[in-house]
Amino acid sequence: MSRRITARRTLIVTLAAWTVGFLIFFPILWTVLISFKSEGDAIKAPFAMLMSDWTFASYEQVQTRSNYSRHFMNSVVISLGSTLVALAIAIPAAWAMAFVPGKRTKDVLMWMLSTKMMPAVGVLIPLYLLFRDLGLLDTRTGLVIVLTLINLPIVIWMLYTYFKEIPGEILEAARMDGATLRSEILYILTPMAVPGIASTLLLNVILAWNEAFWTLQLTTSRAAPLTQFIASYSSPEGLFYAKLSAASTMAIAPILILGWFSQKQLVRGLTFGAVK
Amino acid sequence: MGKITLRNVQKRFGEAVVIPSLDLDIEDGEFVVFVGPSGCGKSTLLRLIAGLEDVSDGQILIDGRNATEMPPAKRGLAMVFQSYALYPHMTVRKNIAFPLKMAKMDRAEIDRRVDNAARVLNLTNYLDRRPGQLSGGQRQRVAIGRAIVREPAAFLFDEPLSNLDAALRVNMRLEITELHQSLKTTMIYVTHDQVEAMTMADKIVVLNAGRIEQVGSPLTLYRSPANLFVAGFIGSPKMNLIAGPEAASRGATTIGIRPEHLDISRDGGEWPGEVGVSEHLGSDTFLHVHVKGMPTLTVRAGGEFGVHHGDRVWLTPQPDKIHRFGPDGRAI
Amino acid sequence: MATQHSKTAARLMISPAVILLFLWMIVPLSMTLYFSFLRYNLLMPGMESFTGWDNYYYFLTDPAFAAALTNTLLLVGGVLLITIVGGTALALLLDQPMWGQGIVRILVIAPFFIMPTVSALVWKNMFMNPVNGMFAHIARALGMQPFDFLAHAPLASIIGIVAWQWLPFATLILLTALQSLDREQMEAAEMDGASPVARFVYITLPHLTRAITVVVLIQTIFLLGVFAEILVTTNGGPGTASTNITYLVYAQSLLNYDVGGGSAGGIVAVILANIVAIFLMRMIGKNLDA
Ligand SMILES: Nc1ncnc2c1ncn2[C@@H]1O[C@H](COP(=O)(O)OP(=O)(O)OP(=O)(O)O)[C@@H](O)[C@H]1O
Ligand SMILES: [Mg+2]
Repeated sequence: MSRRITARRTLIVTLAAWTVGFLIFFPILWTVLISFKSEGDAIKAPFAMLMSDWTFASYEQVQTRSNYSRHFMNSVVISLGSTLVALAIAIPAAWAMAFVPGKRTKDVLMWMLSTKMMPAVGVLIPLYLLFRDLGLLDTRTGLVIVLTLINLPIVIWMLYTYFKEIPGEILEAARMDGATLRSEILYILTPMAVPGIASTLLLNVILAWNEAFWTLQLTTSRAAPLTQFIASYSSPEGLFYAKLSAASTMAIAPILILGWFSQKQLVRGLTFGAVK
Repeated sequence: MGKITLRNVQKRFGEAVVIPSLDLDIEDGEFVVFVGPSGCGKSTLLRLIAGLEDVSDGQILIDGRNATEMPPAKRGLAMVFQSYALYPHMTVRKNIAFPLKMAKMDRAEIDRRVDNAARVLNLTNYLDRRPGQLSGGQRQRVAIGRAIVREPAAFLFDEPLSNLDAALRVNMRLEITELHQSLKTTMIYVTHDQVEAMTMADKIVVLNAGRIEQVGSPLTLYRSPANLFVAGFIGSPKMNLIAGPEAASRGATTIGIRPEHLDISRDGGEWPGEVGVSEHLGSDTFLHVHVKGMPTLTVRAGGEFGVHHGDRVWLTPQPDKIHRFGPDGRAI
Repeated sequence: MATQHSKTAARLMISPAVILLFLWMIVPLSMTLYFSFLRYNLLMPGMESFTGWDNYYYFLTDPAFAAALTNTLLLVGGVLLITIVGGTALALLLDQPMWGQGIVRILVIAPFFIMPTVSALVWKNMFMNPVNGMFAHIARALGMQPFDFLAHAPLASIIGIVAWQWLPFATLILLTALQSLDREQMEAAEMDGASPVARFVYITLPHLTRAITVVVLIQTIFLLGVFAEILVTTNGGPGTASTNITYLVYAQSLLNYDVGGGSAGGIVAVILANIVAIFLMRMIGKNLDA
């Protein structure tokens, strides 16, 4: 291929890719733009809307009227809390399965994955009733428990695939050097696995942040995270596009940024190491 | 002290018997080399001694104490792995200090020992680097440093040089030998390499399918191999093994003659043959000679022995260098 | 590595995870199973009584169930089809040399990080609303009648929204898989005279099988449970036009307070998911070992 043709080809590919990328991203961009408009301008035809004045009013209203920051904190506590608890349970388990594999290890791993396939509705009622009786409905604790359990298999799988890549000889060397199990995990394994643990953490915070079955079922207001808060916009009163956009923008911005940082690890994390 | 005794040691992985039953005595201060074909159980044996694997049956004694049930760290042995197994997130200093830290030694003593080891191993300038920033040979030295600071009863090496290039290998071979001479600690060394085995060992243990074929000094194994397996395994190029009438005429089932013990002549001798491939190494020439009624014989000739493919030559075995083996493969 | 000591330690370390997951599987599920044989309504506490298979009978013969089952299959199948075909095409495009590839990647991956309630509401209001939505504005500008997506094509609209959320996932995974394709293999095929189409069919596609399997598995897990998107857009309607099994069970139990009927529905959902799961686990088990 001559250089001219290559350059032209690159140009066409670039144009096509940018167009597709822009179209896919467009709904998000549009939401962000509307969030800076007044309610009256927000429902105008696209061109008129773009030309209208910009304002922060919706952001202020979202905060003062519905205490946005409380829901934000709920989201932070629930997603981070459930991820940390899951990690604490999963790190020892993944260590054991990666470095002391038994005959059953593969089966146990597959079984754990299969618990993830159990549809949430299958246990909706008992969980709802249990939570009601234990006073866990609409509490952060309750949601941390549930989200820990539903993400545990994924956390274990991800850590397992990362640990698998650490050469076993290094751990044996530590054992020869007199490290106890505790110091082996503390001084050798954990530092070496930090990148893996970090991306597991990141991915699970994202998954928990966006979880929208249990958060909608088990919370109403006090412990409601952003998913539930946004859902309250599905039955609107009056003009609300700008406020919905502002609330949405604030709900997705932090996770979008985290997500962009984690996209490299995302693939292997979500595919349980099957695609790297 | 570092006297290691294996008594009736057995190892099974599930159904597979890797080491049927094995007895071995390793004296304090000895340099013992395990050799044998791939998969014969050298690493397994070493790991049993280290305590990284449980023995299925039998006993391991270290300095007379029963160590069979002891965890690896309690046995007072240090191991150098084939992949070096350095801790990638720690500096060289921290790597070497790690076993001492685990033993809760005080800081001053740790520093003293680490500096000492670094000096011996020429690592002083690299103490603040991480393993990723070191060459293969330097990494190897760090691994050894991590082993020697513990002042172990014995060192265990599992093919420690196999990841190095040829020149570095020769260097490290010498360094390890020197280290052994100055420390006088027991060393057990697993290798594939003939030259390493012959040059480093006080005692070579030849293993085959988890069994010991012969134990002895390098020259003993070279001069009087106990059986066909050892005869074929020790020495490079391999000993020529000849069965049939030629062996029968010497009262054996098989006779063996090393390439360097076959005299070659263009004018006459015992066995007439025709030159096949010749390999010129400069210092030596190895000729593959076809002799009627025998397998192709390898002959070591002088460096500039000029023959060509198809030339006619005569071979004469040196009579006192012929090894004779009976029908069971044992030396007669 | 495998000494008796470390094996014991390993067992101890796995057990919390295993016990928790086991309880999580077994306790609520057996409660659901128990409830499914009761006549049990939250509005009439203390009136529980054993009814045998009645709940199952009513749930399975309710026309809503057949509709929900069809909708679930259409939803999962439709989204899988769109995301895999679209994702492959997009991955092939993004794998070409271009300017600003990193930025395009970021744009394409973004919808995956949007929480379901946000994306559903954004599409519902800002785009699909028949009065103020962008599609309506465009239709009017072109002189056409605006189309009320969620009223007249509710399931298709939801499929569209969900596909938008999952397209990035498929694209990213397939792109990663593409990038691990051995260049030399491609060049060898080119030397052997294979056309671009032949190279795609005989080399690229087989190379992608594993990645596609993974995409199917993971998306299916999540797609069977689609809920928020339906809740905030159509509430399963009009009628049952956009009700899937998950939503049906929710409506039965928490909107109608019928614990018995909802539980029977939950058990049915579990059985259906298991049928899919067995099939999928086989597929991925085979692929993961390779
Ligand atoms: N964990 C294990 N489970 C089952 N079999 C094993 C295990 N470890 C080793 N083996 C088997 O034991 C035998 C001896 O293995 P070992 O690693 O000791 O050989 P080796 O002599 O060190 O070989 P090499 O020279 O290739 O390193 C081999 O047949 C191997 O397959
Ligand atoms: Mg080995």
